Amino acid sequence: MTWDFIGHGLARWLHIMSGVMWIGLLYYFNFVQVAALKAAGADTPPTGAGITKHVAPRALFWFRWAAVATWVLGAFILGERFLDAFLFRERAYIPIGIGAWLGTIMAFNVWVLIWPNQKKILGLVSATDEEKNRARRVAFLASRTNTMLSIPMLFFMSSSYLFHAPMFA
Amino acid sequence: MKNPLDSLWGTVISGFVLTVVLYYLARMMMGG
Repeated sequence: MTWDFIGHGLARWLHIMSGVMWIGLLYYFNFVQVAALKAAGADTPPTGAGITKHVAPRALFWFRWAAVATWVLGAFILGERFLDAFLFRERAYIPIGIGAWLGTIMAFNVWVLIWPNQKKILGLVSATDEEKNRARRVAFLASRTNTMLSIPMLFFMSSSYLFHAPMFA
Repeated sequence: MKNPLDSLWGTVISGFVLTVVLYYLARMMMGG
């Protein structure tokens, strides 16, 4: 197994795989679960308990650790070019640098805004009703922000041809 | 004004608008 295979093949493959897990679950939360829980809450009696008890904690486990794996593997792939991209020090690395910044903001949102507030919402830590309502709003907006940011993030992760073909033609 | 992130489609449209803005910003930073 050569270093090229680890750096350019294996790491990239695992980066994409964990990214699919992360963003796939983000889209599940935003495109499916939010609306499903709203509909379940309107049932008489409410029917969303199974989702919040059995589905959401498992989905959040894979969601937050996939975010870590995606970020770490992305940084590993950039390697010695990490700072060139992250600090926009080199022209050719500006697009991937923007994608890396978006991914970093998203990972920050997962661990600092979404997960601590979801723990209150799901009852994994104690919280008053007022704290739960506030946690719901913060987690919801952070999750929606990540959904919005994922659109340009995926663009910059996959658009190198668009930026570099004219430069190196 | 309503927060576009309260609506799923508002979120998606905001994402596409942000993509266009960042694309032109990237091109500008790269020197056109």
